[in-house]
Amino acid sequence: MKKTGKIFSVVMASALAVSMLAGCGASQQGGSDTFKIGAIGPLTGGAAAYGNAVVNGAQIAVDEINEAGGINGYKIEYKTEDDELNAEKSVNAYNTLKDWGMQLLVGSTTSACSIAVSENTKNDNMFQLTPSGSAEECVKYDNVFRVCFSDPNQGIASAQYINDHNLATKVGIIYDNSDVYSSGIYQKFVEESEGKNYEVVSAEAYTQDNNTDFSVQLQKAKDAGADLVFLPIYYSDASLILTQANTMGYAPTFFGVDGMDGILTVENFDTSLAEGLMLLTPFAADATDELTVNFVKKYNEKYGETPNQFAADAYDAVYIIKAAIEKAGVTPASSVSEICDAVKGAMVQIEASGLTSSKMTWSASGEPNKEPKAVVIQNGVYVSAE
Amino acid sequence: MSFLTYLINGLSLGSIYAIIALGYTMVYGIAKMLNFAHGDFIMVGCYIIFSVSAALSGNSVVGIIVAIILCTLLGVTTEFVAYRPLRGAASPLAVLITAIGVSYLLENIALLIYGADIKSFTSVINWEGVSFAGGQLKIQGVTIVTILVSVVILIVLQLFINKTKQGQAMLAASEDKAAAALMGIDVNKTIALTFAIGSALAAVAGALLCSAYPSLSPYTGAMPGIKAFVAAVLGGIGSIPGAMIGGLVLGIVEILSKTYISSQLSDAIVFGILVIVLLVKPTGILGKKVQEKV
Amino acid sequence: MSKTQKSNFITYGIVIAAYIILEVLMLTGNLSSHLKGLLVPMTYYAVIAVALNLCVGILGELSIGHCGFMCLGAFSSAFFSRATEQIIPTVPRFLMAFIIGIAVAALFGFLIGIPVLRLKGDYLAIVTLAFGEIIKNVINSFYIGIDSKGLHFTMKSAMDLNMEKDGDIIINGAMGITGTPHNANFTIGIVVLLISLFIVQNLVNSRDGRAIMAIRDNYIAAEATGINVTGYKMMAFTISAAIAGAAGVLFSHNITTLTASSQYFGYNASIMILVYVVLGGIGNIRGSVIAACILYMLPEMLRGLNTYRMLIYSIVLIIMMIVNWSPKVIAWRKKTFGGLNLISILTGKKKGVA
Repeated sequence: MKKTGKIFSVVMASALAVSMLAGCGASQQGGSDTFKIGAIGPLTGGAAAYGNAVVNGAQIAVDEINEAGGINGYKIEYKTEDDELNAEKSVNAYNTLKDWGMQLLVGSTTSACSIAVSENTKNDNMFQLTPSGSAEECVKYDNVFRVCFSDPNQGIASAQYINDHNLATKVGIIYDNSDVYSSGIYQKFVEESEGKNYEVVSAEAYTQDNNTDFSVQLQKAKDAGADLVFLPIYYSDASLILTQANTMGYAPTFFGVDGMDGILTVENFDTSLAEGLMLLTPFAADATDELTVNFVKKYNEKYGETPNQFAADAYDAVYIIKAAIEKAGVTPASSVSEICDAVKGAMVQIEASGLTSSKMTWSASGEPNKEPKAVVIQNGVYVSAE
Repeated sequence: MSFLTYLINGLSLGSIYAIIALGYTMVYGIAKMLNFAHGDFIMVGCYIIFSVSAALSGNSVVGIIVAIILCTLLGVTTEFVAYRPLRGAASPLAVLITAIGVSYLLENIALLIYGADIKSFTSVINWEGVSFAGGQLKIQGVTIVTILVSVVILIVLQLFINKTKQGQAMLAASEDKAAAALMGIDVNKTIALTFAIGSALAAVAGALLCSAYPSLSPYTGAMPGIKAFVAAVLGGIGSIPGAMIGGLVLGIVEILSKTYISSQLSDAIVFGILVIVLLVKPTGILGKKVQEKV
Repeated sequence: MSKTQKSNFITYGIVIAAYIILEVLMLTGNLSSHLKGLLVPMTYYAVIAVALNLCVGILGELSIGHCGFMCLGAFSSAFFSRATEQIIPTVPRFLMAFIIGIAVAALFGFLIGIPVLRLKGDYLAIVTLAFGEIIKNVINSFYIGIDSKGLHFTMKSAMDLNMEKDGDIIINGAMGITGTPHNANFTIGIVVLLISLFIVQNLVNSRDGRAIMAIRDNYIAAEATGINVTGYKMMAFTISAAIAGAAGVLFSHNITTLTASSQYFGYNASIMILVYVVLGGIGNIRGSVIAACILYMLPEMLRGLNTYRMLIYSIVLIIMMIVNWSPKVIAWRKKTFGGLNLISILTGKKKGVA
């Protein structure tokens, strides 16, 4: 009994191992009459709101393109994978999509994941367009481009904007010390603030493990006499900061960047708290141009939410890929590497217009060239600040 | 003056930790298990209040009552389905891991139902609070209510445990389950009752947590849950007044260290203080020292 | 050959057999990219599960901050590799990275062990959790750069480094370390796993190991028989931390972005490792390896279920715990199947606990 048990154990273990592997035999290259586009983002976990916005925004663009006849007559097949905001899982997600036969990648949603995945896309020479990976290193390789502004770009633009428009004399900053995006903008902002007509009087951090109570950060800004508080953070934390500032009776100008977009759509949020909030964002959900109105309507119908900047970036990303493919003239029959080389070349030639800018061009470094728009919230809606 | 402001802020935060820690320590003290899902019971309570209030156009009292009832049911069901089968398992870690499974389960169910985006919670307390020194010092209404509610819960729990038959049964069960059973105590029933009370407290804590910090997501309960656990340990886990003191101390320490030392390193400082306290007093501030028998 | 030796060799055998099967599948092109990508993570999660099992199962002290040691190993070795990438050739550099990562983790294991091991039970657990969070939080505030003037260090911000223009910021606060050379591969992972197994299994069967287990089972009795309780506890804890550090080295040389965030090194991650240990059998080293592989694969294999993936995973976790640990279920299973069950078959274990 003992011996048979042991032999049995080895047999069972190997049987289990083999059965687990058997289910996932390699299935490269699908049909060659569709473009296969994959998207990666955190669909579960604390950052799921951003990942879901990205995959949903891209889905709408894919549906529209397919309805209108596809890219050069070829339809798009679209698949999404979850990375839980974890760089390791993001690489796993990428590999899963590769097995599915992905030819072009829209992702990853977040910076650290995007950097990790870019190491693999570089090796495979696959074209990668990250909608919202804003850290500098995301586009380190020549096969990676991005739709959003880079972190340094936003930090510099914010500092200049505050300076040029004489918005403040004393500036307080509240940033997320555990987040790549937030600390990246914070660093550049402080660097750029040197020699400007305002002074940074307080810079207080918080972490994702400690993002409920902001009384200290606000009190310090208040005590230092800051008349503007710069918030290079996402809207979910910012909504709490605005609420707490209101309860303590502190009302400086709050100034955010693109992560702030979405604050007006938080369910049940008292938008009067966001009155006077300024933000530099490429996208505003209540813009009145036809493209935005149409997108917001479709998104609302399909997902019951108002899209934020992440969704808009991803929507644009799919259209940018479409424009680049059309310019390059590749077909789905080409290999991943051929598509990448051709699309990469086309990226620096195209001029795209989308939700996040009416005129976007790219340099070979992968950085987009577009103007940030400053908006201010008045009566619960965005109004251009110019 | 500014020190007093920070102290009051610390008190506000601490009162929230305290009320969560009460439920935590209750379950731990009697059932002798770390219910890692306690924070998620809080989250469930918040979502119930949110939904019911929305359906009844802002009637939060009904919302709280419904949340207390449903959370109690959830607690008892979870105990029956997931924890009871593991009572008497060869290792106490088995039930701990199951609690983590329950925690994931609740978070993911909430994610599927409500989505990942945060919801803004309308405070259940419509009281501005009181101001001193010409409005320079302000104690928020929710802070005062939280502290009062915590004190009431503290007293009621103490009376319940020390003066009622059920409470004595709980104490007995926490000391020695086998001996308690021999004395005619229905241990299963007693522990189910503990979970019922603990989960009802989670619903109350949820209402107050989300009133003080009105942002609701499937992961709302996780970190306050862990912090409250730390508070309960700091106060001496299993001790009900200890949980209250631990919560208040933790909140004040957190705010003051953020203020006077470093906001970047505040997590490290808070946990560092926990380590120091436990080294000086290995069973927490009010913990009983258990003499080990050979 | 004694029974324990035989059992040890079975463990090595399973690992080596799995390695050969997977290598053959890989060489013949039968392994999907997805699975290929999972191989290295599987090895380092198996390694840290072995490390944690030494602490939880053999030493009998619950640690829920073990990923903190992994974090230390990952950061120290990645820092070294990044700093010397241009100077030292790959093979000696990676070897030295291992030594540094392990040494740093062991050093901190020792230092943290001094206060921690004075506590007991849940208090000890919460203090390990505290140290794990402290390590994560402190590393998140580290800024270290190199320029022509040498090393610069600050805990404030990248600007305070006062670097020259040509300077290279290696650890950049929350942004961590990017661009660590991608040196880890499946073979190295398996070698590290085998070495960890060798160390732990030999420790368990040695005089020292018996002393450690005596402390776990009854420390008063152990102390009375003249066992140096503190010394042995420190030894086991330090070795456990060192092995966790080795897992960290593999981790940081497998993905090129390393950030000290909760996803990898927080208490949640540590608890994930604890799940591997408990499901594999507390004190059962082989079980930890197998459980780590299966449980790491499980959510990946469930990818097809999209948003229901983590829901199903949590339900499976609860059911597995009840099936494997509930006294009633075990009794019923014994009556019906005569003592055979999946996990005990896999791990060659006969009783509930080792």
